[in-house]
Amino acid sequence: MHHVTLDQWSRGASALHRRDPRVKIVSVLVFLVVLATAHRELAWLGAALFTVLLVAAWRARLPLAGALARAGVVLPFTAVFALVSCLAGDPARGAALAMKSYLSALAVLLLVSTTPLPLLLRGFEMTGAPRFLLMVAQFLYRYLFVISEEAQHMRKAALARGATMGGLAGSRARFRAAAGALAVLFARSYARAGEIHWAMLARGFPGYFRPLIDLHFHRGDVMFLVLGVLTPVTLRILIERLA
Amino acid sequence: MHIPDGFLSTPVWASLDAAAAPAVGYVVRVAQRGFDDSKVPLLGVMGAFVFAAQMINFPVGIGTSGHLVGGALLACTLGPAAACVVMSAILAIQALVFQDGGILALGANVINMAILGVLAGYLPYHLWGRSRGRCAAIFAGGALSVAVSALMALAELLISGVRMPAAVLEVSLGLFLVSALIEGAITMTVMGALEAIQPNFVRQPAAGGRYALVAAGLAAVLLAAGGVVFASTAPDGIEQLARQTGISARARTLISTPFKDYEASWLGAGWPAQAGAGLVGLALVGGVCVLIGRKR
Amino acid sequence: MMAPLILVRGLRYQYEDGTVALNGVDFRLEKGETVALLGANGSGKTTFALHLNGLLSGQGTVEVCGLPVNPKNLVMVRRKIGLVFQDSESQLFMPTVLEDVAFGPLNHGLSPQQAAERAMAALKQVGMSAAAGKAPYHLSAGEKKRVAIAGILAVEPDILVLDEPTTFLDPPGQRALAQLLSALPQAKILITHDMPFARATCSRAAFFSRGVIAEEGPVEQMAQRYEWDFVAPRTT
Repeated sequence: MHHVTLDQWSRGASALHRRDPRVKIVSVLVFLVVLATAHRELAWLGAALFTVLLVAAWRARLPLAGALARAGVVLPFTAVFALVSCLAGDPARGAALAMKSYLSALAVLLLVSTTPLPLLLRGFEMTGAPRFLLMVAQFLYRYLFVISEEAQHMRKAALARGATMGGLAGSRARFRAAAGALAVLFARSYARAGEIHWAMLARGFPGYFRPLIDLHFHRGDVMFLVLGVLTPVTLRILIERLA
Repeated sequence: MHIPDGFLSTPVWASLDAAAAPAVGYVVRVAQRGFDDSKVPLLGVMGAFVFAAQMINFPVGIGTSGHLVGGALLACTLGPAAACVVMSAILAIQALVFQDGGILALGANVINMAILGVLAGYLPYHLWGRSRGRCAAIFAGGALSVAVSALMALAELLISGVRMPAAVLEVSLGLFLVSALIEGAITMTVMGALEAIQPNFVRQPAAGGRYALVAAGLAAVLLAAGGVVFASTAPDGIEQLARQTGISARARTLISTPFKDYEASWLGAGWPAQAGAGLVGLALVGGVCVLIGRKR
Repeated sequence: MMAPLILVRGLRYQYEDGTVALNGVDFRLEKGETVALLGANGSGKTTFALHLNGLLSGQGTVEVCGLPVNPKNLVMVRRKIGLVFQDSESQLFMPTVLEDVAFGPLNHGLSPQQAAERAMAALKQVGMSAAAGKAPYHLSAGEKKRVAIAGILAVEPDILVLDEPTTFLDPPGQRALAQLLSALPQAKILITHDMPFARATCSRAAFFSRGVIAEEGPVEQMAQRYEWDFVAPRTT
């Protein structure tokens, strides 16, 4: 599954992995804004920024082909709009759409591939995201695989039950079976949430989470931040000046 | 319906990010009920449930099948504020882990699906959930949540200048209508099955007419979005709409072809109109959130 | 005679729908004992266990290390008695093993530094030090169970309660768990259907039936009295 691979990648040991999540977040945000607000010399800018990402991926010791392919998940959606744009007589815009959405996806992929998600969520606290929401996302991620597995089992069971009936009546029956399966999954998930809460209480949960790990800046982080912020900005200024 | 980065123009994604922040802060505060993290596991696990539920196929005949989106279902079982928080967390994970939806565009996706979509999903149930038309209300909620999210997304793309000829637009609207109906059917059937397992799961809609104001606010936002979209189905739709609503000539060109001298014009006469629209939208969303909060 | 670690008198509990789950349970746990709770599904074993650390509260007396289990004492009680749930997946809810095992110590007032040290010590005790940085869903069932136990040990309780600990474990896993438990000095209550496991680890057994303890005695005696061993019916 996609997020299992991503999880493995995020636990790597490169210099990039060791950087404080906050400096990585800021760098990616700057990158995204530089890309999003650009409207001139897009071909050159795209090539330059793509190179930056490639270098970052290489430094992070990520499988290049795999990373480039995963970022392509955005392309089917974009391709439709790009095609429509071309047919409507504006191929430049279509190309811009494809380039921008792909590079943005690749940048985010690099961020998540070099930072374990729980740590990344802690990093997002600095953007003012409510802690409560980040903790919900953390628990969501923790149980994503668990409940997806349960859903897989139910899907197979539902298929097995409804497989013999064909036609419209069969569709209706399978629809109801699927709804029943969802309801059971809901009930199971709800019960699991209750168990988790009990497990938390049993170990003295006082009503709020106390973090174990504190984020600290190191010198390497400051240097990365400077590099990460200046690189896309400088590249864009240079390209637009020289063109 | 998850808008990736690179599609929305800067005023659009920036103002929606600005609108999403207080909206999310508000629903978090309401869902949290006073700085208590006890609800975290429930909301997190139910978020994982919605994710997993999207894997289950609902056959709708002739070889096609639909999937649950989940906003209305969450709202009718966990309550609207909690549902907004869960959907926001889902969108964040989808954007980060699955690159489904952009990061700069996250504000837009959150407003469309986690705030307005959830509200639209809950409103019919709140208004008519106690009456005989209960099943219809749940169906309407499911359908509206998807329809509203899709309409908003479409409007945002159009305002950003994404090319969508009338034919494509009409096909999209048709597809959204079908998705909306499917969501309505799935939500209604699953709620029915849930009630059979455990009647407690299905929350009783609280009595109170405050939501009429929320409905009005939502309707206003939708009219604006709908106006943009339906105007676009006409050949010079956006320009006609701009003329009729009296936006300046500069802004008209801005809306229809934002790439022309974009940087210069963003600072020129065009952007106050856009910012104005953004602020109105913000105020509407803010007002809606305040009304939800006041209900408690 | 020393005061018992757990003293329960006349415990009664009813579910919301009126079903009587516990109908007057009396129970004692002495220091160093390992007791098996046997009985059919639904006979009240797990419900009983949930009263010991105050997750449920019914009528009657429940005292843990001399403290009555009431809202005032909950924090202290939960430091004295550690509960290991049947499904480790619900018990290991933090993103990494270390954060999970440190959850208890952090809640009981230790600094992050101290909590991390306690957690590492507990992981060492159960033989899972190498897994400290791993995510829980990457672990096998046996490993998850050991980490769950570490999470309880990190709080340094006097009593361990384990609900069906051998579920999901294969025979080598069951053996490893039995060995681990035998090496722990705390008094233990094991809710289990696994008779070989009960025989290997427990000195006595309490047999639950319809919300009361029908009888107590040596494990072997209870197994035979209630025919609680699985013997496959002959088909030939």
